[in-house]
Amino acid sequence: MVLTPERGAGVHGWGVYIPRFRISMQEIAREWGWPDHQWRALGMIEKAVAGPDEDSTTMGLEASLNAIRRSGVNPADIGAVFFGTESKPYAVKPSATVIAEAVGATPLTMASDLEFACRAASEGVKASIGLVASGMVKYALVIGSDTAQANPGDVLEFTASSGAAAFVIGPSKGSAAVFEGSSTYVTDTPDFWRREGSRYPRHGEGFTGEPAYFAHIIGAVRDLMEKLGLKPSDFNYAIFHQPNGKFPLKVGEMLGFKPDQLKLGLVTPFIGNTYNGSALIGLARVLDYARPGERVLVAPFGSGAGSDAYSLLVTDVVEERRDKAPTVDYYINDKIVISYSIYAKYRELIHVIRE
Amino acid sequence: MDWWSPARVWRSRVYRYRLIAGRCKSCGRAHYPPANACPYCGSRGLDNVELPRVGRILSYSIVYTTPFEDKDKSPVILGLIDLGVTRLVAEIVDVKPEDVKMGDRVEAVFRRISVDGGTGLIVYGIKFRPVRMG
Repeated sequence: MVLTPERGAGVHGWGVYIPRFRISMQEIAREWGWPDHQWRALGMIEKAVAGPDEDSTTMGLEASLNAIRRSGVNPADIGAVFFGTESKPYAVKPSATVIAEAVGATPLTMASDLEFACRAASEGVKASIGLVASGMVKYALVIGSDTAQANPGDVLEFTASSGAAAFVIGPSKGSAAVFEGSSTYVTDTPDFWRREGSRYPRHGEGFTGEPAYFAHIIGAVRDLMEKLGLKPSDFNYAIFHQPNGKFPLKVGEMLGFKPDQLKLGLVTPFIGNTYNGSALIGLARVLDYARPGERVLVAPFGSGAGSDAYSLLVTDVVEERRDKAPTVDYYINDKIVISYSIYAKYRELIHVIRE
Repeated sequence: MDWWSPARVWRSRVYRYRLIAGRCKSCGRAHYPPANACPYCGSRGLDNVELPRVGRILSYSIVYTTPFEDKDKSPVILGLIDLGVTRLVAEIVDVKPEDVKMGDRVEAVFRRISVDGGTGLIVYGIKFRPVRMG
């Protein structure tokens, strides 16, 4: 899909929420007897941990309020709310309606929970572009939020974290960043999954890399650049899904991007892999700093597997929106470091008999 | 009927989610949660006002003996929060009890306020946490 400015869409507001609690890689390694090189190879420092009264809905709502504050949009004008997560508080009952109600978008709005591992919210971004560009809705709210699960003791536990990003998508005119185009690349690839009723996901170890993460992101990004006639040097920033601190740097290098293009949008080393928030929190951080006229590539990835690549052009409006809500760096720096036992209690890893 | 029955969860959702208070058209004072009559003058002429999301801690109490379902949050800090137009009682979170002080600035956050066992409803609402920066 290549968008033209006359019938296009853009980001009017962006916002994130990262819970205050952090656990260090050393603390997890000490608890489970991992050698230091295990987590050092992941390029990680700490991960964010949701508190005992937080879930993907609460974090998604906080990110939404920040995105709406930046956009200046009347919540009643939001015609679609898409909530992308793989940590739904309810198996059956939408979180999108809770968020739509809490921001004041109800009752005349779409509200859908989306599922596609870590790229469910990205499907919402693409659907929102279509709804806005076709004129079916004026504004759409897209949220990516997860309290990512990992089996205690699994290597996944180093990275699986909690956080959320939200975007108000509306017409190109008046937006802080205009979508120039997008490409989606999906196949049936069993790299990571969680069965119905299972608390923790399973993954294909090394299989999560080459045939899944790398193949799909490269497929989507190359197709996008070909359609738009762009090359890596045409972008000021590139953001990829961030399951750890290493993969996004590697896929960027494979596609021909330089480390300077990748650095600003790489947030996983400080907060962990927020699953549906991952690349989108990276995009929010880039918008916190980007200058008008700069071009941004963002490519979320979800297991199962698929990737979307989007190209955005930053507009003059970005400057006036930036200070209307807390930045990604505000949330990264606002932290309380906790022990493994507190983490285990907060994330319900301790078996407690409840009625 | 459960304390948080589906009907009660539904009926109270707007003021729990959006800090909507009642304001008396007669005496001008606001109250939260909104009631059918003004708690100060008894007038039934009320409208709604959205409260500010930042306030100050007027007073607080640390509750160590919590119900079992809240044991994972123990100790619970209950605060009397001054939001200017009115005051309300709410939980203060994301802070160690020894770091809470009267007069501290706090901001509203959206949280789970009750979870009905493993199969019942999750009730969401507003709590407050200290503003740490900016």
